[in-house]
Amino acid sequence: MSLNKTLNINTSPHIVKGIRTDEIMRNVVWALIPVAAFSVYAFGISALFVIITAVVSSVLTEHLLCRFADKESTISDWSATITGLLFGLTLPPNFPLWMVFSGGVIAIALGKYIFGGLGYNVFNPALVGRAVLQAAFPVAITTWYPAFSADRFTTISSSTFTFPFAQPVYDIVSGATPLSAFKFERISASTMDLAMGLTNGSSGETSAFLILLGGLYLIYRKMMDWHIPVAMLGSVFLLSGLLHLIDAEHYASPLFMLFSGGLMLGAIFMATDMVASPITPLGASVYGAVIGILVVVIRTWGGLPEGVMYAILLGNALSPHIDSLIRPRVYGTARKGGQA
Amino acid sequence: MLSFLSKTLKTFRHGIHPGDYKDLTRDLDIARLPFSDELTIPLSQHLGAPSRCLVKVGDKVNRGQIIAEPAGFVSIGQHAPVTGTVKAIEMKHHPSGKMVESVIITKDPFSPQTFYNEHAMEWENLSPDELISLIQHGGFVGLGGAAFPTHVKLKTPEGKNARFLIVNGVECEPYLTSDHRVMLEQSADIFLGIRILLKILGAEKFYIGIENNKPDAIALLTKNIPSDMNGEVVALQTKYPQGAEKMLIEAVLKREVPSGKLPIDVEVVVQNSGTIAGIGMMFRFGQPLIERVVTITGPGINNPANLLIPIGTPLTDVLDYCGGLKENTRQVLFGGPMMGAPQSDLDVPILKGTSGILCLTDEEVTIKEEFPCIRCLRCVDACPVYLNPSRLGALAKTRDYEGMLEYHVMDCVECGSCSYVCPSNIPLVQRFRVSKALLREKQAKAVKKSA
Repeated sequence: MSLNKTLNINTSPHIVKGIRTDEIMRNVVWALIPVAAFSVYAFGISALFVIITAVVSSVLTEHLLCRFADKESTISDWSATITGLLFGLTLPPNFPLWMVFSGGVIAIALGKYIFGGLGYNVFNPALVGRAVLQAAFPVAITTWYPAFSADRFTTISSSTFTFPFAQPVYDIVSGATPLSAFKFERISASTMDLAMGLTNGSSGETSAFLILLGGLYLIYRKMMDWHIPVAMLGSVFLLSGLLHLIDAEHYASPLFMLFSGGLMLGAIFMATDMVASPITPLGASVYGAVIGILVVVIRTWGGLPEGVMYAILLGNALSPHIDSLIRPRVYGTARKGGQA
Repeated sequence: MLSFLSKTLKTFRHGIHPGDYKDLTRDLDIARLPFSDELTIPLSQHLGAPSRCLVKVGDKVNRGQIIAEPAGFVSIGQHAPVTGTVKAIEMKHHPSGKMVESVIITKDPFSPQTFYNEHAMEWENLSPDELISLIQHGGFVGLGGAAFPTHVKLKTPEGKNARFLIVNGVECEPYLTSDHRVMLEQSADIFLGIRILLKILGAEKFYIGIENNKPDAIALLTKNIPSDMNGEVVALQTKYPQGAEKMLIEAVLKREVPSGKLPIDVEVVVQNSGTIAGIGMMFRFGQPLIERVVTITGPGINNPANLLIPIGTPLTDVLDYCGGLKENTRQVLFGGPMMGAPQSDLDVPILKGTSGILCLTDEEVTIKEEFPCIRCLRCVDACPVYLNPSRLGALAKTRDYEGMLEYHVMDCVECGSCSYVCPSNIPLVQRFRVSKALLREKQAKAVKKSA
């Protein structure tokens, strides 16, 4: 028997499971699409413009940065799309588009690419973008558009097409978000409304139900570490429940805390950014719990009504330290305080 | 209901579930491969010192006759797999990729090739040391693939105690079915082999670990355990790498071998089921290890088979007998897909440690695009010794070998589970192998310097 070709030589293993990183990322996008669709349904075309602009600016920035660095474009791994979607969902639906666009550029350039691209970002890029916008445009980012206004599919918010660097003009401005209403006026919204997404807020701060559904899908496909959302939501529930028991007048009910603001979106889709969170199950649980506690602390005693973003960013910063402190026990080495 | 049952089966923690692809050869009886005209017996086909050659060019040898003796304790005997003439003793290609001194024997075309010295060996009256020596001179190595001399593990060091013998019938590598067929067709030899090993070790009990994808073997061996023997068949959940000694011990006995130590440190000796069957055969009619069962399989071979092949048979003869390679064959492996060694040249002999020949086609062998590590946890969840391959991979990339030492890279069993599950196709275990070799070299140098 003779062969007139070269056989392939490489070291084992010679088979792989076949799930690829881009496939995981694509599934995260799919899990986010119902959330985005609902926010367009709730807030109308203004929200659609915000989300599309966010995605386009993120993907375009990643593509151009790769080109400038003379590297192959990495947009096909879908991670920039996720960043864009998440970033868009953290913004008010009537946010001026030029601000959205610059935020998308910042998210990718400063949040991700500067660290070395996918796999090397220290912080969740979408939140880096949003944090910069919050500092730069504190008024615009807290001016809310009413959910379910009658003409949401026919008219665009006057602020959407604000000329760059001009002061946005608002025709209709909604009242406060449930969180700020509680913080400043002690008015608590109904939990059911919050869970179904029938309240004001950022595009993605609405339907906790759809966010949970997306999260369950990813957990089912083993594409998300469930320890993080469970620890995060659990610690928010426990800590705020404790406070509520002590003084129900002053402290919001745990259910209100769970379903209001960006907590669901943050817990399911942002804190779980695999790159910026710890790798061991125990580490992930600690990380989730720390973020949850920070959320309650900021919401309750901080100057801001919402604290999910800063809590997650702080958690991201802690993540490498958690990983170096909490390591898996290696087979055949002694358990703590015991024999192997 | 069945899935509920399989969950209650014993196993180790972590690990992976690759498709087993054993249907190709699972139900095929072992067939004997005709003797080749020329066989190449490398003097080194085991871990340890190469055997010392006892024949010269032109010598007539009989099938089963010793042609090389052990050159030290960690070394074994080699035997003529056919009756014929020593044609040459020279450097030949070895499946490991090296050139190795080998004895080349041409078959005597007129010999009936019967085994020359058939006789049952009295073992009841021999001492453990005498039995160990017989196994060493019989040329036995672990037939699972590592080819570690069998008798070395049977010699219990001073102050240690071998209470349990675990027979490794796991065969966790996908595609391979040679151990499976041996368990089905040679159960009497297996139990004879176990008797002898129990006597050598002075062990009180034996376990036969078999994964539940071989229900027929589990049933048959359970039924055939002689009533006077203290042992049991342990059905295990199908999972890779359960055939690794440390994992098998954990699965069967819930004991962990301490880092850097051996199974004997937890009172256990593990031997492959095929090896034990071979030992049983030797004591039944005197035949040393001159042939073994090999699974020839994979999408790239025309007629997959389980063949009894004389050691030293050219790979090309085996492939021809199985109908040859398919047009689109791209890779030929000695061993299974998870740990097998690829061959660049088909002009190599079958060795004692060759458990399978796997032929993969263009479809399975593709260059996979590498992505950055996204720290998705899959490798951490898969690693059977609970390492953090993600972190180790990052350290390997920056060549921080000292850092890798701190993350226990030397405990890596090189099973490849991390590379298998990695969605970013990062060559993790491949990098760890290189890093471990470099670290070992460094340590050896340091020892030399201080000496």
